[in-house]
Amino acid sequence: MKYIDEFRDRRLAQQLALAIKREASSQRDYRLMEFCGGHTHAISRYGLKDLLPENVYMVHGPGCPVCVLPIGRIDNAIALSREPGVILCTYADTMRVPASNGLSLLKAKAQGADIRMLYSCADALSLAQKNPERNIVFFAIGFETTTPPTAVIIRQARVLGLKNFSVFCNHVLTPPAIAHIVNAPQESGVSIDGFIGPAHVSTVIGSAAYEPFAKEYHRPVVIAGFEPLDVMRAILMLIRQLNENRAEVENEFTRAVTPEGNVKAKMLMSEVFELRDSFEWRGLGEMPKSALRITSAYREFDAERRYDIPYHKVADHKACDCGAILRGLKKPVDCKVFGTACTPENPLGACMVSSEGACAAHYTYGRFRDVIHREEHRHA
Amino acid sequence: MHDKKPRKTYIRPLDFKNGCVDMTHGSGGRASAQLIDELFGNAFDNDYLRQRNDQAAFDIVGRRMVMTTDAHVISPLFFSGGDIGSLSVHGTINDIAMAGAQPLYLAASFILEEGFPLADLRRIVESMAQAARNAGVLIVTGDTKVVEQGKGDGVFITTTGIGVVPPNIDIRGDRAEAGDTIIVSGTIGDHGVSVMALREELSFDTTLQSDTAALHTLVATMINAVSDIHCLRDPTRGGLGTTLNELAQQSGCGMVIDEDRLPIKPEVNAACEFLGLDPLYVANEGKLVAICAEKDAQKLLTAMRHHPLGQDAAIIGEVIADKHCFVQMKTSFGGNRVVDWLTGEQLPRIC
Repeated sequence: MKYIDEFRDRRLAQQLALAIKREASSQRDYRLMEFCGGHTHAISRYGLKDLLPENVYMVHGPGCPVCVLPIGRIDNAIALSREPGVILCTYADTMRVPASNGLSLLKAKAQGADIRMLYSCADALSLAQKNPERNIVFFAIGFETTTPPTAVIIRQARVLGLKNFSVFCNHVLTPPAIAHIVNAPQESGVSIDGFIGPAHVSTVIGSAAYEPFAKEYHRPVVIAGFEPLDVMRAILMLIRQLNENRAEVENEFTRAVTPEGNVKAKMLMSEVFELRDSFEWRGLGEMPKSALRITSAYREFDAERRYDIPYHKVADHKACDCGAILRGLKKPVDCKVFGTACTPENPLGACMVSSEGACAAHYTYGRFRDVIHREEHRHA
Repeated sequence: MHDKKPRKTYIRPLDFKNGCVDMTHGSGGRASAQLIDELFGNAFDNDYLRQRNDQAAFDIVGRRMVMTTDAHVISPLFFSGGDIGSLSVHGTINDIAMAGAQPLYLAASFILEEGFPLADLRRIVESMAQAARNAGVLIVTGDTKVVEQGKGDGVFITTTGIGVVPPNIDIRGDRAEAGDTIIVSGTIGDHGVSVMALREELSFDTTLQSDTAALHTLVATMINAVSDIHCLRDPTRGGLGTTLNELAQQSGCGMVIDEDRLPIKPEVNAACEFLGLDPLYVANEGKLVAICAEKDAQKLLTAMRHHPLGQDAAIIGEVIADKHCFVQMKTSFGGNRVVDWLTGEQLPRIC
């Protein structure tokens, strides 16, 4: 595939692996967090770990929008899908997320709720036009990448004068979550040395959005694309910054990301959405100013205002170490339910829910390494 | 922590009290396997069923027979390269052929929805007849039921088939051994992508066609070249990834495949790329996986490539000793990963 295969080239990967090995100091460890689930997926899917020296660790961050959605919000979505006349539309990967009482959207659908999987949120609008007697609710989730399209359909709904369309908004923001990870009490004494910054999110918010963070917390950020060579190159750039004691925002993904980002998309977002005072993130807890809601100017399209769906906080499973894993304090295999009671079929915690979650990616693509390590240790 | 015992995966049992069937139970992945194990397998338990092959083989007056059945519920009913009719004939023939058997007779049951156009039904049935004639099998019995409008999806077809195994052929899912070679008969994912392209919510244009085909003549050619083929299976629902896991599990061994050697059409790769799918889990209807001793591999591959349905056949990896039964893949990028069972249905990723 043109413009894709070039970014998955084995020969270039080996050259980058050599450069990383040459430049990574054997005197120290490099703990680097890739924030985005897209990066986590690329790292696991292409087996990048095999190309990195042992003292370069990749810590999987919380940038998987499905994983960080709290159980209470999924409960709300299920409640919405059971309102008379409602068709609930959702992106496919929320379908399996476990909710309260052993439910999920998939199971609610099996019990009779009308839940439709969409590829594009614009399909929700055409569904509303085709079914004037039904109420269409779009279950909007995601970081800054999926937020502008939601803004577009809300504006479009007004232009079309749709009365049977609303959005259940769960959009969250990246910069507060990165700051939260660095700010969190590091009880085990480990911390993250540098960050691989989001790819698609940064095309919207721009690389300049991370400048205050890099300055305030003195951590380097390298924005990288989602292809495996992008990730390798970003790792090399982070190692160079750390070796030179720099903490700057650098942009590896120059083919798509500019310092100011997508100005039009940002204007759309600020027209349709406003900051929530606080929002609960699964595994990370309440975070101030970390999510968006629909402004009162567009109130008629806000499902939270239209329907009576009170929010109830639901605690994660007691055995889950999701919070520590999402902050990089623990590895998936350190959690006692990983791969036993908690698997992609029956996820207990946030990180096992979507294929981009830290635990699901490790379980699906990397868990043979745990067995090899264990056995090498036993034979040693 | 590395000295801990290997973890045994706990699979939460089916909830027969409050649970209900959901779409994952039909995906061909782990949830389907669980439904079969915990319900059908337990209730019908016997030596044949316990082997968990896609067909049962049994001796009748000195001959070895196989029997299998397959239900077809595809949407849309007509797609590029085939329709539910040809598919329902090919699917059952292929399950028979995967035991090395020659298919002989089929039975067909139809569940029709009230209001379904007779013109479409005739098109489907004529396509079935054509497929059966081409394959040299007879449809010798059948049944038809009609359900009220809204209680079916146009037409569902179940076909049952029997075949006969040539002497000295013993092809089973549990015969893979460390050192064996894994061969796939052609490009993967063609069927799944060409059907997906027609779904209402996607509908993208492609010249890609379903690979639906009866594989018994290919299998006959293969057996002629190498009589001691260890395993054969057609990677339908759940794709190549899930089929390799089934065979690894049945045989109690591991596998290592090489991503660079997987035959995948560029248009399938491209469609999977923008839909966020993995071609390893996309369905095929005219491909098979063969496992044989390394010494026989080249001969088998050559024979396959001489058959029209095996022109793109390729050696994709080998069987290894591994009590954890992992299927691993050397990635094109130079790393390693697990190729796991399909979890639930394959769903597109959001970013």
